[in-house]
Amino acid sequence: MGGQKVIELVKVNKVYDMGAEVQVNALKDISLSIDSGEYVAIMGPSGSGKTTLMNILGCLDTPTSGLYLFDSVNVSDMDDNELARIRNQGIGFVFQTFNLIPRSDALHNVELPLIYSGVPVSERKERARKTLEMVGLGDRVHHKPNELSGGQRQRVAIARALINDPSIILADEPTGNLDSKTGDEIMLFFEDLYARGNTIILVTHEEYIAEHAKRIIRIRDGMIESDLPIERNGKVKAHHDTEKVTVGTGGQG
Amino acid sequence: MTFGTELREGFKLSLSALTANKGRAVLTMLGIIIGIISVTLMGAAIEGLTREFNKSFAFMGADVLYVDKWQWGFTGGEWWKYRNRKPLKADYADRIRREATLAAAVAPEVDRSGKVRFGNKVANNVDIDGTTADYAFVTRMDFDAGRFFTDEESRGGRPIAVIGKDVANLLFLNRDPIGEQIKINGLPFRVIGVRSTQGSVLGLFSLDNVVYIPLGQFERIYGTRFSATIGVRAVPGSDLDNAKEELRGVMRKIRGLLPSQEDDFSINQQTAFTNAFDQMIFYVGAIGLFVTALSLFVGGIGIMNIMFVSVTERTREIGIRKALGARRQAIMVQFLIEAVLICLGGGLLGLFLSYPLSMLLDNFLPTAMPVSIAMLGIAISLFVGVVSGIVPALRASKLDPVEALRYE
Repeated sequence: MGGQKVIELVKVNKVYDMGAEVQVNALKDISLSIDSGEYVAIMGPSGSGKTTLMNILGCLDTPTSGLYLFDSVNVSDMDDNELARIRNQGIGFVFQTFNLIPRSDALHNVELPLIYSGVPVSERKERARKTLEMVGLGDRVHHKPNELSGGQRQRVAIARALINDPSIILADEPTGNLDSKTGDEIMLFFEDLYARGNTIILVTHEEYIAEHAKRIIRIRDGMIESDLPIERNGKVKAHHDTEKVTVGTGGQG
Repeated sequence: MTFGTELREGFKLSLSALTANKGRAVLTMLGIIIGIISVTLMGAAIEGLTREFNKSFAFMGADVLYVDKWQWGFTGGEWWKYRNRKPLKADYADRIRREATLAAAVAPEVDRSGKVRFGNKVANNVDIDGTTADYAFVTRMDFDAGRFFTDEESRGGRPIAVIGKDVANLLFLNRDPIGEQIKINGLPFRVIGVRSTQGSVLGLFSLDNVVYIPLGQFERIYGTRFSATIGVRAVPGSDLDNAKEELRGVMRKIRGLLPSQEDDFSINQQTAFTNAFDQMIFYVGAIGLFVTALSLFVGGIGIMNIMFVSVTERTREIGIRKALGARRQAIMVQFLIEAVLICLGGGLLGLFLSYPLSMLLDNFLPTAMPVSIAMLGIAISLFVGVVSGIVPALRASKLDPVEALRYE
């Protein structure tokens, strides 16, 4: 699915100052671009810089140097509030731990992004209800997170990610806290979202999860190790470093 | 529009946060409740004292000057200076009446404490007041019954008396006192009038425990050695300061003072008391304010503390909200409203409680609780809420979303 570039990183570096003049180079000259409508998995062992990359892609953090264009807008030097607006309008987050607000019911959790973009109450409720129906939770709108199963909670989170019709859906280990059956259901959900034209970025260290995507970007030591499309049958397309890629189990998270 | 939704969301959130932690919220409120109670009671006492004072000293009249041996009000350590002055004679009144053009009415007054008897009933420690007919004009006297003595009666030194309400109530329970014969220090007087109720000074001593008799009769009982106070009512519309200056000139002439000598009398007026009182109330108020401010300060610290706890507890939630696009002010507003709601709740509860407490206090001190004090209480609790909430709210708003999301 070729489309416009949604994400373009040019020589992005992220340096963490650990104090006592110790610096950690979490990302080194990362350049990559993701088109609209792509389904990309980002993989890497812990300490690889995968989380840092995700935080930057999600506009939760800014690069130390380099350029980040989101929807062709330079977000590298934006301030807190501008980044908040990008996250609100452009990015739908799905987290491993669901990250729902415990005191609020499903409906209100899904409403949250609309609240922060100033959508009036009636429209907000209407849209949140519809989105919950879309993820199959039309009968659970007034349940609190602790009254929902893990899979249901993750679907609330997905509804919340979708509600503002974002440019990308950024999913961080979305099945990490689910049993494999529920995990599979959630992955089917992502397939479906991809089929409807959503851009999905999946961060995971599980090979079989990553294989749901159409392209896998592997990170190691703050650099892109490989960036390859996947064939329909789930095998990585023939490429000069195929073996190296398929052998890796992705390490531990 | 975004701010409106943020504000509404902030309200809802803070309410749910507070109801989720009711016990904690109430305990935190306690500091503010106590603070607001002390502020309002302090205010009520000051207000009540001021009203009572103004009411009490209204009997002196704002346009009346009192020539006296003594300086009224708080005179510091100079009492001996006044004590050594020659007594003022009652007949100065006649000269003042003749010479002071700005004096509308002049009446001398000499008083002693005495015993008044009617039949077998006795009133002790009654203020026996010797004066002249003009006294009724100087003090704008009202009567429940009868009248004051006339100029002829007073000059003739007739054995007649006008009694105060306390004396009337004590001696003539259900009888008309007019025309009855009372005995003052053993001498007979006929009652010709009953003065209407004057009230008391600061609720302490009654102005109605009094009997007025003609000056001549007073001197017959007590002699002439006591210093008189001469009440001078200024001509309507005249400037009181001018009247005072003129009176001073007349008095200096009467007393035969040389230009180099200082006054050996004092010209007093109501403001001598009101000024002294205002000054006293100012200090009482300042000390009270300091103490109550201290208790509110402690309450505010409690709230700030609990708000820091609240922010820490909800670090992850803040991270989620930020990830979903909450701007800084949305987070700030959320926590600020929470602090303000605690304070406002405490303030309202405090006000609610201080009303019955002020009633209780009223048994010891005159109190009054006007709306302005209630408003002040609410304003103060709002202020404390904002001040104690701002730092935790700012901290919350500045949290790094990545760190906050990682917080367990």
